[in-house]
Amino acid sequence: MLSMKDILSTQDMIDKRHLDIRTITMGISLLDCCHEDVNVCATKVYDKITRRAENLVKTGEEIEWEFGIPIVNKRISVTPIALVGNTCNTDSYVPLAIAMDRAAKECGVNFIGGFSALVQKGCTKGDWILMDSIPEAMKVTERVCASVNVGSTKAGINMDAVAKMGRIIKKTAEITADNDGLGCAKLVVFANAVEDNPFMAGAFHGVGEPECELNVGVSGPGVVYHALQSVKDQPFDVVAETIKKTAFRITRMGQIVGVEAGKRLNVPFGIVDLSLAPTPAVGDSVARILEEMGLEVCGTHGTTAALALLNDAVKKGGVMASNHVGGLSGAFIPVSEDEGMIAAAESGVLTLDKLEAMTCVCSVGLDMIAVPGDTSADTISAIIADEAAIGMVNSKTTAVRIIPAPGKVVGDRVEMGGLLGSAPVMPVHAESAADFIARGGRIPAPLQSLKN
Amino acid sequence: MKAIVTVVGEDRVGIIAEVCTLLAAHQVNVLDISQTVMQDYFTMMMVVDTSASPLPLAELAQTMDKKGEEMGLSIRLQRADIFKAMHRV
Repeated sequence: MLSMKDILSTQDMIDKRHLDIRTITMGISLLDCCHEDVNVCATKVYDKITRRAENLVKTGEEIEWEFGIPIVNKRISVTPIALVGNTCNTDSYVPLAIAMDRAAKECGVNFIGGFSALVQKGCTKGDWILMDSIPEAMKVTERVCASVNVGSTKAGINMDAVAKMGRIIKKTAEITADNDGLGCAKLVVFANAVEDNPFMAGAFHGVGEPECELNVGVSGPGVVYHALQSVKDQPFDVVAETIKKTAFRITRMGQIVGVEAGKRLNVPFGIVDLSLAPTPAVGDSVARILEEMGLEVCGTHGTTAALALLNDAVKKGGVMASNHVGGLSGAFIPVSEDEGMIAAAESGVLTLDKLEAMTCVCSVGLDMIAVPGDTSADTISAIIADEAAIGMVNSKTTAVRIIPAPGKVVGDRVEMGGLLGSAPVMPVHAESAADFIARGGRIPAPLQSLKN
Repeated sequence: MKAIVTVVGEDRVGIIAEVCTLLAAHQVNVLDISQTVMQDYFTMMMVVDTSASPLPLAELAQTMDKKGEEMGLSIRLQRADIFKAMHRV
């Protein structure tokens, strides 16, 4: 029998603590859309997406009402476009990005991911074309997200691709300068990218995935923060238990919504991504959770340990609540999308170097970080290389989503709007890494034993 | 399908009557009611069966939500399985 206390506590989480389903993301395979003519390929891409995801938004909204739980985003991920476009006789995949954008608008989803390439060991012709198409694609489309996987634990790091992506990010920022380099907010560079990630900008539908499936990303930093307020001054054992119990509830909600949505759309349910995804709203911040554990400001000494505990407890609590867990699964620390992170970065306590250390123990990486507009492509590549190395050595996903905001300097703010929030421009080291990046080649895959 | 109706707001005469009338009009059967007044706030929880209702559940939930707005209360109808999933191992 349900108690009134349980029911009211759930409603309280939704009303006051920002509990929601962050996204239901439909993954769609486009492997059967290949064609020599890029325009025919684009038509096939549009037709397939709109056919498969026709009822996604409508079904999502019905479920929202039935369960009384907000589903903030309905999204689509597709097969990496470099694979789909490889057959086309063309030197640009921008028409495919436009087809994806049109399909996203037709289906009513706010983002579509998969303008992607997987180049951890080397690049095919299609991979190079895709990377070269990114700046223009980010400019002419509104909802398309791009990602490139440049490294993995098994393959090492493709430093030619790392060098290339530094230049691509710079170019994307310049070509979208009217919007403070907004194009870069839709572009992420990965190491160890996962194939079933429901979260943007890095979502794509991997080749090991089924024809079509539904993945769910949950949220709930506000709920965890509130739960920790009730265990002030208690030892970390209690803190970890409290987070686990909260994560269990959040994940169960994601599981039931995912299964129900899959059933109605006649699509298999894939995974729940056990993530704590913040929003710019006050009370929905991961940084504030870390501060609640006893840190004056997020970014000070102790932050990495606090984040390690949080990340682990979220996974332990969530893993039992869902029959399939996957995606990125961990606490996100996007600076611009987290009110507490923004404040910590503006105060100068949270630096790029500290964020890099934090990414060793959590999902996903240097996320939504604005740096000065005059940051060189080599420096951006070097930042990517550092993150990819952390991912490669620790067998985890890491990523860089960085915005070298044109014309902006340290102390300025970049306004992205909506869920993307606003990012204070953070300083980078002025010393050059140009000769390091110019070497090119591959960093070999690391040893998986003798770990120290 | 089993659903939970919760009504929260300032206490006054006739809340239960009005809510139950609306539920009856849509062929929703009330299985259980518990109700209390907490800090002058009327709080009611009902377990209902919606299987005989011609309205789809999502529309029923919207109808109750709208009624809540009219009455100056929060009225929600939500599927019961979500609460079971979240609060029972």
